[in-house]
Amino acid sequence: MLHTVNKSPFGSNSLETCLKMATSGSTVLLIEDGVYAALKDSSVAETIAQAMGTVTIAALAPDLAARGVADKVMDGIKLVDYSGFVDLVCETDKTTAWL
Amino acid sequence: MSDEMMDEGGTIKKFAYINRKAPYGTIYALESLEVVLIGAAFEQDVSLFFLDDGVFQLTKGQKTDGIGMKNFSPTYRALEMYDVEKLYVSEEALAARGLTADDLLVDVEVVADSEIAGMLDEQDVVLSF
Repeated sequence: MLHTVNKSPFGSNSLETCLKMATSGSTVLLIEDGVYAALKDSSVAETIAQAMGTVTIAALAPDLAARGVADKVMDGIKLVDYSGFVDLVCETDKTTAWL
Repeated sequence: MSDEMMDEGGTIKKFAYINRKAPYGTIYALESLEVVLIGAAFEQDVSLFFLDDGVFQLTKGQKTDGIGMKNFSPTYRALEMYDVEKLYVSEEALAARGLTADDLLVDVEVVADSEIAGMLDEQDVVLSF
């Protein structure tokens, strides 16, 4: 299953809930303000690092670039562009958005 | 505005703009900037505060071509020309996001939240975005 998160982890619990609900082998794609969860050295970096043990964490590169944080992404996060986003949707049986 | 008009109209108030949202994901950051620029025409004593995700408004190197939105971050550098020179950034907000003042595109004063609380107390008008 593919999960998308479009809210900043610093101002919303969407990511937290998403990670609780995402089962092993799922992909969590960070989009829009959700990409701030990919920042290294942030207060949520540890949460993301732990989640990477069971789920794939991906982030939409154009959203990272727009926000000036493309060079601050922690290791282990898969970067995708819009066509990569489409691929992720097509590869999985269902997609859910955590708003 | 002539000096005479200033004398007649002229109380200068302390205006604070609190920015707490990241850019692009919502319209708050851009709207705040618009209001600051409009307000600048009235020659008031303006301070901008960046708290929580508001600090993301000031990150260097924003490139928005890929998301089809206008990159309004260069406007923060132009604020100086409108005599908007007091920019305060929450030390705690930066640290929680793994950022430092070097990651920001304008010169700001990094201050502790406890200090910001006192600064807000001294304002005449506080607008929150």
